[in-house]
Amino acid sequence: MEYLILFLPLIGAIISGFFGNKIGDRFSEILTCLFTTTAAILSIIIFYKVILDGYENNIVLFKWIYSGTLDVNWSIKIDALSSVMLVVVTFVSSLVHIYSIGYMSHDPNKPRFMCYLSLFTFSMLALVTADNFLQLFFGWEGVGLCSYLLIGFWFKKETANNAAIKAFLVNRVGDFGLALGVFLIFYYFGTVNFDVVFEQIPQIDKTSINFLGVNFNAVDLICLLLFIGAMGKSAQIFLHTWLPDAMEGPTPVSALIHAATMVTAGVFLVVRCSPIYEYSELILAFITIIGMTTAIFAASIALVQDDIKKIIAYSTCSQLGYMFFAAGVGAYNVAMFHLFTHAFFKALLFLGSGSVIHAFKDEQNINLMGGVWKKLPVTYSLMIVGTLALTGFPFLSGFYSKDAIIEFAYLSGSNVGYYAASIGILTALLTSIYSWRLIFKTFHGTYENKDIKIDEMHESPLVMIVPLFILALGAIGSGYLFKELFIGYNSSANFWGNSIFFLEPLSQNHPPKWFILLTPILVVLTIPFSYILFVKNKDFLINFISTNQPLYQFLKNKWYFDELYDFLFVRFFKFIGKFFWKKIDGAVIDKFGPDGISNVIKFLSNKAVKFQTGYVYQYAFVMLIGFSILLTILIVK
Amino acid sequence: MFEIGLGHYLTLGAVIFTIGVVGIFLNRKNIIVILMSIELILLSVNINLVSFSIFINDLSGQIFTLFILTVAAAEAAIGLAIIVVYYRNAGTIRVEEIDKLKG
Repeated sequence: MEYLILFLPLIGAIISGFFGNKIGDRFSEILTCLFTTTAAILSIIIFYKVILDGYENNIVLFKWIYSGTLDVNWSIKIDALSSVMLVVVTFVSSLVHIYSIGYMSHDPNKPRFMCYLSLFTFSMLALVTADNFLQLFFGWEGVGLCSYLLIGFWFKKETANNAAIKAFLVNRVGDFGLALGVFLIFYYFGTVNFDVVFEQIPQIDKTSINFLGVNFNAVDLICLLLFIGAMGKSAQIFLHTWLPDAMEGPTPVSALIHAATMVTAGVFLVVRCSPIYEYSELILAFITIIGMTTAIFAASIALVQDDIKKIIAYSTCSQLGYMFFAAGVGAYNVAMFHLFTHAFFKALLFLGSGSVIHAFKDEQNINLMGGVWKKLPVTYSLMIVGTLALTGFPFLSGFYSKDAIIEFAYLSGSNVGYYAASIGILTALLTSIYSWRLIFKTFHGTYENKDIKIDEMHESPLVMIVPLFILALGAIGSGYLFKELFIGYNSSANFWGNSIFFLEPLSQNHPPKWFILLTPILVVLTIPFSYILFVKNKDFLINFISTNQPLYQFLKNKWYFDELYDFLFVRFFKFIGKFFWKKIDGAVIDKFGPDGISNVIKFLSNKAVKFQTGYVYQYAFVMLIGFSILLTILIVK
Repeated sequence: MFEIGLGHYLTLGAVIFTIGVVGIFLNRKNIIVILMSIELILLSVNINLVSFSIFINDLSGQIFTLFILTVAAAEAAIGLAIIVVYYRNAGTIRVEEIDKLKG
């Protein structure tokens, strides 16, 4: 069963990738959908086995590297943590596969698209089922590669290519950190297998190491480096710049990779390494700070963006921030819970916005939409469900997970925790505002699009609507149904088992009543507030923008991060690169190396050619002279 | 008073040989001249053979010469035939224009 889950997507990718032209578009679509759906069903079965029997298994496929103390296997590790990820990945992936049949119906390269999607699914599964850091790294790079391929899927678009390269390069920074972290782990433990490493972590608790001339606590440094990897993949602040640009890819890709699965790999890594992180309070505080900064920073940008997908992308960034600060305050299971619910409602929002974009014939600017809720009733109502879940409307999935994060931050008792909790509430408020802004601008108000007549609007085909329905069910129910399992009082003993490690058990207290009620009330109150702001009384907003122009521009330009990086790194490295390319490589190495040698040989052979006149009598003369010389030598001797 | 000896014959042979060799190199005009020069070289060898055969009283040298002359005639015929064919193909037998081997 585990074999099938892991390898069905790979087989699907190989078949539709290499034989897509022969077997036809339709067949490769059906094949990959069928394979991933089977994998999804099997994952759900495994998930149930884990819930009911506490099923745990580590299937070794074969030895990968066996050298000295380094002993690495390809394996499928099934425990509570990886079974949750299995369900999230295969479930969303199969729905996205099905949705893509409708969304990509006008695209000429369907088999290639399906191949990349399936390959991504395989890489992600290899990542989450790893039992050692090296296989995790393999999956990590595999999803990075597929993300690159899928962002640049429409490679004829210049912007898509640039976005793909940007995503790849920014991820390299993070991956470098992750690789260094893995090296350091190997340096200390002589192995990269999770079980052994986690067991031995307490032994190096007080060891310090000199890195770049500064003395670090070894555990702190390992945690920091691993977290840098997680930051890159999960688009946390400073390494977040690639995620909004990644929206250049097709919308199903954004739903699968840049909302539900790949970007959560960083959270997964931190949770998987909870036995290490538990020994590093410093880095946990750092994670909390990065997480909450990202949460509020991304939410503030999402307030003013006009591109429907970019708003949701920043929202993803912000929600990932939530997950990280949950992990940072030690509530790893809550982080996983939010990851789980977030996958449903964010994939729903993305696929829903894809449906809107489809209806508007590839228009993404929400200022050019509006007033179409009667024309797209299904998409509209499903988007409402997604938005309610995202904002944490009572009793939908986001309510349980997000409020739990804020509560646990409050309960953690430290100053960072209180700070994080208040930032969390503020961010929840902002989240609510920008989400409703998106809904109201897209579906309500006056119709603003001049290119398409409103009568031409039509609902998306069934193949796109059905996945939305299923995700909407998840967005509504996943919070309530799995609350006890994931974050209940005995969840760590009953469900998580050994997969998540708590040095000290989580607080079982309740925060004060007013605190629990604060967020939901704020969130509910935002709905009429946003309605007035974005539909009824637009003048107020216009006045507000014109009086606060600097702030508006600051947010509109995404805190000037792109400009800052362009100034600090891009131009500098471009200059260096150009210098090395033109001056060092071209003018020195090539000139004296390959080019130089070939020039010398050319010169010499031109001289030698002159020797060959082509006149037979001259050859004969040379022969005679040579003969005479030989004869003379022989005689003289 | 003046006896013609072996040395004189050999000198004559050497002189003809040298004329033949130099004829090959210095000739720029006609490929037939080269053929003739080669004949001269061959003849100088024959002179050597005949003179030695007389001076050591051994007839085999002269018989050899006759054979060589026969073969040389045949060879000259082949050489001329090649030249004719070459002329047909290339339209010239001027030495300085035959430089197809030029690199």
